[in-house]
Amino acid sequence: MKTITSLVGNHAVAYAVKQAKPNVLAVYPITPQTTMLEKLADYVSSGELKAELIKVESEHSAMASIFGAALAGARVFTATASQGLLYMGEMIYWVGGARVPLVAAIATRAIGAPWSIWDDHEDFLTKRDAAWIQLMAQNVQEAYDLTIQAFKISEDKKIIAPCMLGFDGFILTHTMERLELLDDSSVDNFIGKRDFSIIDFDNPVGIGTVAGPQTYMGYKYSIKKAFDGAKERIKEIMKEYSEISNIDYQPIECYKCDDADYLIAAMGAWSGDARVAVDMLRSEGKKVGLIRIIMFRPFPKEEISKYIKGKDILVLDRDYSFGSGGILANEIKSISYNLDSKIYSLIAGLGGKDVSEKEIKTLAEKMINKELGDEEWLM
Amino acid sequence: MANVNYMLRGTAACPGCPIPRELNNILEIAGKDTVLVVPASCSTIIMGDDIHGMPSVVPVVHSPFAAPSAIASGIKAAMNQLNKKGNVIVWAGDGSTGDIGFASLSGAAERNEDIIYICYDNEAYMNTGIQRSGLTPRGAWSTTTPEGKREFKKPLPFLMMDHKIPYVATLSIAYPFDYEAKIKKAMTISGFRYLHILSPCPPGWRFDPSLTIEIAKLAVETGIWPLMEYENNKLKLTGPSILLKDKSKRKPIEEYLKLQERFKELSDEEKRLLEEDINAMWLEIERRMS
Ligand SMILES: Cc1ncc(C[n+]2csc(CCOP(=O)(O)OP(=O)(O)O)c2C)c(N)n1
Ligand code: SF4
Ligand SMILES: [Mg+2]
Repeated sequence: MKTITSLVGNHAVAYAVKQAKPNVLAVYPITPQTTMLEKLADYVSSGELKAELIKVESEHSAMASIFGAALAGARVFTATASQGLLYMGEMIYWVGGARVPLVAAIATRAIGAPWSIWDDHEDFLTKRDAAWIQLMAQNVQEAYDLTIQAFKISEDKKIIAPCMLGFDGFILTHTMERLELLDDSSVDNFIGKRDFSIIDFDNPVGIGTVAGPQTYMGYKYSIKKAFDGAKERIKEIMKEYSEISNIDYQPIECYKCDDADYLIAAMGAWSGDARVAVDMLRSEGKKVGLIRIIMFRPFPKEEISKYIKGKDILVLDRDYSFGSGGILANEIKSISYNLDSKIYSLIAGLGGKDVSEKEIKTLAEKMINKELGDEEWLM
Repeated sequence: MANVNYMLRGTAACPGCPIPRELNNILEIAGKDTVLVVPASCSTIIMGDDIHGMPSVVPVVHSPFAAPSAIASGIKAAMNQLNKKGNVIVWAGDGSTGDIGFASLSGAAERNEDIIYICYDNEAYMNTGIQRSGLTPRGAWSTTTPEGKREFKKPLPFLMMDHKIPYVATLSIAYPFDYEAKIKKAMTISGFRYLHILSPCPPGWRFDPSLTIEIAKLAVETGIWPLMEYENNKLKLTGPSILLKDKSKRKPIEEYLKLQERFKELSDEEKRLLEEDINAMWLEIERRMS
């Protein structure tokens, strides 16, 4: 049974979290995530969500406290953005290395200096090497759905890893959209009971104990193997979810790319604009398609390679790796080297700079006309 | 329970290191349903490695340097939500406690988290090779204060009392009855409990490993390390420190200083300043006791 309503992204994610029934939450205010924290505080204080909300004094402590709670067997959640995610950085890697199932929502936001509260994907992408599963939503519905999936993915016995949901600051966090909510029992049945607890007084172990050069790499290799295997399992979980939600979920979405001569690749909210640009181009007879990345880690290499052979691709990056290039562009380049495809990197939308469908369309046309440089900044 | 060694022998601690004994005496009282949270420090190493195993017979959660208070808060929150009983004890060095982890400690104390926080204070960053911390005393040599530290020792026990938590105590392993009484007391109280042990370190303080207990004792006898207890908003002195309120009963600090090479270069002027620090601390104790 589904309920149709409308909510802003932050409240949609908070609602999904409530339905996932975490035992412990720890959240610290930062724009544009704060209204989610406030909503969660309401749920806890009204008793709608039976959990402890730890009012920590920093994001480092937010992640540290839910890490501790997760070790003791609790289902846990936190959320942050930008500076907060960087401040959490040490703990982000720590929980990744320890392979602890937990969920964090990132209301993406630019990183200072200079100060900016507006959207881009830099914060989310700085954590790409931290052994976290990373998902990115396109709209409020997906932010809700992927939050629920994140809990199951992270706790799945074949995966066991922290999972991060990215959703664009303001563009999704503060925008009200139509939303289909699952009923509580469907969410219960889907996620299942948490079965992960390491602190056991009858079977005491050290957690995070020193590992020497003989063993350290072994732990890292086991994470690699888990991430290699996680892809297929995540697909199954997404399929399971699609069956109860009637919305199709996959690690990537392909929009009109089966017969496309040219592609656009993007992730997050502006993929919606890219989609409109594709429709406009199609109406002019230009065969352009869109690859949208939903699962950024593990990176869906095989899934993407199926579509990019021999194609020219305009990759949209709301982020930049200085001295290197657009991060998504680099990822796609790394799988395209023997597929004869050509990557055009577009850097745009940093710090909340608006990007319109028309601009994306114009750039795609420039690509088709071979007028586009390898890397363009849309200023 | 009396026959259990809670910290097994043969750890990586240096000869003369008091940490294994300090921990053993705590765990003996806390019992097996206890989890230790240990931030980066000498104790990380003492807790063994993944090949040789760990000396602790209770679970140990290793923590990044600044995170133990928050990790412990989360463990306790989960135990409450899941109806599990047990003690959550942070075991942290002075650097973690008073410097990098201080914001997190202060946060957990202000929230009155139901955990026991124990700082073993060896008065420097020992694990990284003897660098000064905020809790290094004035005049002490370290690798980052080659001419001696110029600033005073950050008064952590007072700062924690100012958080109005239910229990604060200072401890010394040289006085095991006082030591154990305070651990026992802490176990009967709920809310945030802060215990601070002065923990002499032979290589860091530059003294012979056979002198650990003697030095710990002298720290108390000279009035450098007053044993005290703060409960229900009231501060009192305990054990041998009760009589030391009278300055004339204290041994001269030279007896303590001269056994440690870290004070070798201490000038008369610095010694005077150090004595002033100690006098000021005792005045503060009196002020808080009245
Ligand atoms: C964020 C961070 N900075 C620095 C270090 C390096 N480090 C490890 S232990 C340590 C000193 C610990 O000092 P203290 O807390 O007093 O414990 P002790 O080693 O003296 O027992 C330092 C600086 C670290 N592990 N993490
Ligand atoms: S350096 Fe000092 S505190 Fe560290 S193990 Fe050795 S004696 Fe103990
Ligand atoms: Mg120290």
